[in-house]
Amino acid sequence: MWTFFHKLGSPPWLYSISGTILRWLLPITLVALAAGIVWGLLFTAPDFRQGNSYRIIYIHVPAAVVALAGYYVMAIAGAISLIWKMKMADVAMKACAPIGAALTFIALVTGSIWGKPTWGTWWVWDARITSMLILLFLYLGVVALYEAYDNKEAAGKACAVLSLVGMVNIPIIYKSVDWWYSLHQPASIKFTGESSIDPSMLYPLLLMISAFYALFTCCLLMNMRAELLEREARTNWVQRLAKQEGRS
Amino acid sequence: MPDTPTAHRPLLSASGLSLERGGRELFSALSFEVLPGHLLQIEGANGAGKTSLIRILAGLSRYGFTGSVTRHAPLLYLGHQAGVKALLTPRENLAWHVGGEGDYDDERIRDALARVGLYGYENVPSHALSAGQHRRVNLARLYLSESPLWLLDEPFTAIDRSGVLDLENLLVEHVERGGAVVMTSHQALQVTYEVRFLSLLEGLRL
Amino acid sequence: MSAPGTLPFCLRLLRRQLVLAFRRPIEIGNPLLFFAMVVALFPLGLGPAPEQLSGFAPGILWIIALLSNLLTSDAVFRSDFEDGSLEQLLLSPQPLFLSVLAYIAAHWLVTGVLLALVSPVFALMLNLPVQAVGVLVASLLLGSAVLSLVGCIGAALTVGLKRGGMLISLLILPFYMPVLIFGSAAVQGAVTGVPAGPYLAILGAMLCLAIALAPLAIAAGLRISVDA
Repeated sequence: MWTFFHKLGSPPWLYSISGTILRWLLPITLVALAAGIVWGLLFTAPDFRQGNSYRIIYIHVPAAVVALAGYYVMAIAGAISLIWKMKMADVAMKACAPIGAALTFIALVTGSIWGKPTWGTWWVWDARITSMLILLFLYLGVVALYEAYDNKEAAGKACAVLSLVGMVNIPIIYKSVDWWYSLHQPASIKFTGESSIDPSMLYPLLLMISAFYALFTCCLLMNMRAELLEREARTNWVQRLAKQEGRS
Repeated sequence: MPDTPTAHRPLLSASGLSLERGGRELFSALSFEVLPGHLLQIEGANGAGKTSLIRILAGLSRYGFTGSVTRHAPLLYLGHQAGVKALLTPRENLAWHVGGEGDYDDERIRDALARVGLYGYENVPSHALSAGQHRRVNLARLYLSESPLWLLDEPFTAIDRSGVLDLENLLVEHVERGGAVVMTSHQALQVTYEVRFLSLLEGLRL
Repeated sequence: MSAPGTLPFCLRLLRRQLVLAFRRPIEIGNPLLFFAMVVALFPLGLGPAPEQLSGFAPGILWIIALLSNLLTSDAVFRSDFEDGSLEQLLLSPQPLFLSVLAYIAAHWLVTGVLLALVSPVFALMLNLPVQAVGVLVASLLLGSAVLSLVGCIGAALTVGLKRGGMLISLLILPFYMPVLIFGSAAVQGAVTGVPAGPYLAILGAMLCLAIALAPLAIAAGLRISVDA
């Protein structure tokens, strides 16, 4: 266990293991995404009330779910970097923020596109959309704080503190916004108990959610690898790597 | 100094300190102990890492370096900035100091201010004082201090000749009482006391 | 050693901060002036119809209170950072958790409390029904304490940055939103005759949570800022 932790803190090891993971995970992700989209868009029955427009949930819901989970990944990485002073956790945290912001943005845009045929307007101040908007602000705050610091090590620590504050606050914000807008659809996907969504729609949705998680992991690893190379540019292992790449 | 066991217990110990800035190694594997009675001057050119080292010793820098520092005694740190509030008088600056070191009555503060040449300035708003006088208000903390370990970063900056002499005497007085001083300075101390030198490249020497 | 105990030290810090604030009275007056001016903007932008203004008054008053709190919280640690006092505070033997509470208390007393006390005047200018004024003052008193605590997290994280002013709003405004929701809901409730107690209780709960956790984040932020 401890040796694993120790290895996790070593940049060359992390770089090579993430390369191996990506070689397998990336094709699987792309296949799953393609399969989920085809299944969701072509092989499911249209909704009896919303017709075909509901199909955007195959993008919207996974993006929203993973965006929220991404914030927690970021905050936990931040906590690890603060408590155990692990530099690789810093790298992971920094890599999370832009991906999470992008996913939140996708969720907002698809939500708004979905809203046009459903509610007849591009934007309503509905509880979920408002919460997603606040989540976007939280992500952008982390990105802005990171960019504002010249000293990148301090930037990492400051962002870790901010994302932990965010983690404590997200449930409060969500509950407040929920309360503020008590007119909203009840959560319709539950992994236990009865589900109000038809299985023929649920399975492709679950596939898409898994694919988005995998996509998040891929983006995170790729982002981390880029950040690692930049931070460690002067070290021997990166120099060696650059020479190898140049030769081949 | 009485030869008690406490006299040999270090006030501060550093082991294996290494610091890298911008890909350049400032110092590496620096280990030393500061005992009561030590007067230690850190040597090095501009940008050699003297201030970085003293901030690491004080505990203000907590990451970006490797190695460990253990502080066994209360310390007093004086940095580049005077920490004097322009809106407060010198007396208030010392009495309500955020360093939280001691509870001083007006008489002790008046004495301390007199020792740094600010007699009669106790209740003048500090914005009426010069930069050098701000430094002196800050130095008055040394006359009040009861902390055995002093970490001083360039204490002679903006101090006139007689002020430097007074300060040198104070430092010697402090180490003779069983305290210890770690300081950075570009000028050699003119004191009749054994000064130890810490070179950032070579380590400790006499 | 005669190092003062934690409580006397915190009271000393509180006194120091208050004296510093009162020696520059305009700094205390500025948020109030800001409040008054922004209140004047709303009738100009929304039209002077009294019914319409009184409908928006709870939200307007709370948003302005929030903004004036935001604008002042940037300065809580800035001068101490610039003159080196902050380093000394971090090195003090007393726990930083409690020392920063003294700073926040001082900030709350000269902005939040003062604003809450003068808010009835602005409430009347916006035609807020008289029965809601008491709840407005109470909700501002509680809510502004939360705002001060949360705002100081942003202040601590940005105090070492040259251009902290705009950034602090980006970081902190999302965390202000729950306070805004319940603060204005309490006043709105009082206008329509709903008991405001539950809303105030929620604000009180937020205050308890903020007192327990915000100083941790502030202390960590200050250490990072001084270190950078």
